[in-house]
Amino acid sequence: MASIVKVGRRRFLQVSGTAGAGLVIGFALPSPLLRAAQAAEEPFTPNAWLSIDPEGQVTIWVAKSEMGQGVLTSLPMIVADELEADWGRVKIQQALADPKYGSMSTGGSASIRRSFTPLREAGAAARMMLVAAAAKAWGVGLSTCRAESGAVVQLASGRRLSYGELAPKAARMEIPKQIQLKNPKEFKLIGKPMHRLDTPEKVNGRARFGMDVEFRGLHVAAVARCPVFGGKIKRFDAAKAKALPGVVKVVEVPTGVAVVAKDTWSAFQGRDALQVEWDEGPAARTDSAGLWAMLHEKAKGEGATARNEGDALAALKAAAKRVQAQYEAPFLAHATMEPMNATVRVEKGGCEIWAPTQAPQWAQGEVARLLGLAPEKVVFHTTLLGGGFGRRAMPDFVVEAAEVARAAGVPVKVAWSREDDMRHDFYRPMSLHLMEGGLDGRGKLTACTHRLVAPSISDQMNPGSVKGVDQAAVDGAANILYAIPNLRVEYVMARTPVPLGWWRSVYASQNAFATECFIDELASAAGRDPVEFRLELLGASSPMHPVVALAAERSGWGKPLPAGRARGVACCECFGTRVAHVAEVSVVKGQAKVHKVTCAVDCGQVVNPDTVRAQVESAVVYGLSALLTGEITIEKGRVKQGNFDDYPVLRMREMPEVEVHMLLGDWESAKLGGMGEPGLPPLAPAVANALFAITGRRIRRLPLKGSGA
Amino acid sequence: MEPIHLTVNGKTRAVEVAPDTPLLWVLRDTLGLKGTKFGCGIAECGACTVLLDGEAIRSCITSVKEAVGHRITTIEGLSAAGGHPLQKAWVSEEVPQCGYCQSGQLMAGAALLAKKPKPTDADIDEAMSGILCRCGTYQRIRRAIHAAAGEVARGQHR
Ligand code: FES
Ligand code: FES
Repeated sequence: MASIVKVGRRRFLQVSGTAGAGLVIGFALPSPLLRAAQAAEEPFTPNAWLSIDPEGQVTIWVAKSEMGQGVLTSLPMIVADELEADWGRVKIQQALADPKYGSMSTGGSASIRRSFTPLREAGAAARMMLVAAAAKAWGVGLSTCRAESGAVVQLASGRRLSYGELAPKAARMEIPKQIQLKNPKEFKLIGKPMHRLDTPEKVNGRARFGMDVEFRGLHVAAVARCPVFGGKIKRFDAAKAKALPGVVKVVEVPTGVAVVAKDTWSAFQGRDALQVEWDEGPAARTDSAGLWAMLHEKAKGEGATARNEGDALAALKAAAKRVQAQYEAPFLAHATMEPMNATVRVEKGGCEIWAPTQAPQWAQGEVARLLGLAPEKVVFHTTLLGGGFGRRAMPDFVVEAAEVARAAGVPVKVAWSREDDMRHDFYRPMSLHLMEGGLDGRGKLTACTHRLVAPSISDQMNPGSVKGVDQAAVDGAANILYAIPNLRVEYVMARTPVPLGWWRSVYASQNAFATECFIDELASAAGRDPVEFRLELLGASSPMHPVVALAAERSGWGKPLPAGRARGVACCECFGTRVAHVAEVSVVKGQAKVHKVTCAVDCGQVVNPDTVRAQVESAVVYGLSALLTGEITIEKGRVKQGNFDDYPVLRMREMPEVEVHMLLGDWESAKLGGMGEPGLPPLAPAVANALFAITGRRIRRLPLKGSGA
Repeated sequence: MEPIHLTVNGKTRAVEVAPDTPLLWVLRDTLGLKGTKFGCGIAECGACTVLLDGEAIRSCITSVKEAVGHRITTIEGLSAAGGHPLQKAWVSEEVPQCGYCQSGQLMAGAALLAKKPKPTDADIDEAMSGILCRCGTYQRIRRAIHAAAGEVARGQHR
């Protein structure tokens, strides 16, 4: 059923077809500042998540950011299912930043995992109040009434009251203390492949991203930032920039010099016309070669113990065969398709922001502090995000836009070019992995050590906060599921002036590469099949065992392949989900060609199965880009790469076939796992292991480009 | 400044901009057609793809004066109400993730189908490899183009 809604100056989308619910698109235009964040609705609004008006229109607010993963559809499905709402009468709104939603940060593959129960409870509480209101109206017992598809019915009499009719009455009912959740067997939306509500607007050009924010009086700014991390302005000459017709003013902000213009092109041109002299600071002496040398030097010392089973060092000495290898993974940029941007309007006593961010409350708090405002005086709209991947969790681009808007005294959108985006990112940390394993006379793995040397994101953000092991940094290394009797994982912290951030799957991306390539090396040394070796090492009771077995079976593991092709396997658990990939690969003119990736996924249960598949396909592509060509290098304290010509990412012609198989538990016992990230870590090692099977040469340094795969 | 006359989505529009301004920014900022996206500015990503007389071009490196006298079609003009076979296939195959690249993908796909109503995988690789998607929707794009090609072949297109 189609629904068109019109409220104030907001624009809504007509959703056609069977999808049902309607999505409120775009974003509110500048509003009277300092109004209540969400005007208290007269309708039945039992909690922050939903309201039902007397016409029966259900509104559900989404407090997570839509960056492609489908939360604008999957989160409302959870509420609507418990509410027994009519999906065709539901409209979806992106929530303004507000503490009433709890944490609105979108990251750690946690949106569904952390929201599932609270959103079910929100829907169920409202449903119970609607049922109670109907029972009261009819003067009958609660147990004789049932909610279904936007109404309460009394079974015996066939009486029926719609949610619209009940809404004013329900608003006067007590909020239930004991919330009765549905029996998962009765889920009507959860677990079903529902059409995404944001698709129609994303195919007709109407979807509005941060970059697309526009209103009367809005200016566009481009900022010249010091190319060297931590550098400052020494002096600048803006005369040529100011002479350009579209340029309105030039202002200095802590991150650089901002050219404020009438439109984006004028801002970019004005910025190019600036003459800025930088005080580059100490980071100008940093380069990639020096950083690698520093990591290798650090690797000579013992690290903090992240995991210690048995006595790995003694067991290595006693081993019949020892295998050693070193792995290296480079800095990576996120390169979201939409470059960073943010729009800010500052007025006396308040501020309004439109930004494609993964962490609206963090950015809101930072801007409030900057402007000396209470956070609620900063009205914060989260727009659609043109990709996130962890980059947009950082508030830097929003804070900078607030600085520019304040200094310029006009509403401003700060637009980043691709080069700005790539050179002022927060990079996936580079890492070095020293691995050693010992096999006994029968080829059984008896001992393994992994010394991981990498800068710490947490410690860089809060210096001194990490004592010993950075737990995030050992994800995918310390928590491997193999039953190795003697296992030692150490972490050595390195420091770098290069800004660090969370990159899709964070450290699991490097750690799984090292661990899963090394397990393959050990399998070879033992003369064993890589799948059999893993299954035996996991043990039949390991939750990873059926995942690896499924990927192997569906990929046709062991069955003959066309000449020149080989398969490789890898697995990893992170963010509560287990994934195994089998990659089918060949080498064409010295280049790796990935033909197919067969993925097995155990994320417990799923809310929207097609979204889960899409996330795995997406993670495979993101991981493959990194494996084949992804590398950020530092020269004289600056990032050398700047655009997709020197930081290439996967294109259509390199796209393998991706096949996703899910292992689902039952709702009673299943623990929900995350899906945004876990499909990524096993990709690189699966492909690298397949390449070994073809070439006999191990891949120990990423990316493949330049390594002569 | 002399006004420059453009034909955009079937309408004549007069714009007062410098003749060497990239078409992308005229479409987005001067004409308010925000469906065409900026991704790289150097003809590497294809987010800015529009049609010029039916050919897919990169509007970030095409100056507005080069577009004079030609028919410009943007995503907003691809169909009246999302009814192009590709748009329908994009919905049924659930192609978009973040969606930022999708206008460019659709315009490149439309140019391809106009020339080759039944494209092979190799044709799709050739026509679509210029349009990057960081969310990795390539497999679904391929599927959706084949699906839409089937529709066109069955004569269901307008
Ligand atoms: S913006 Fe034109 S090709 Fe990337
Ligand atoms: S859908 Fe996000 S870049 Fe293609």
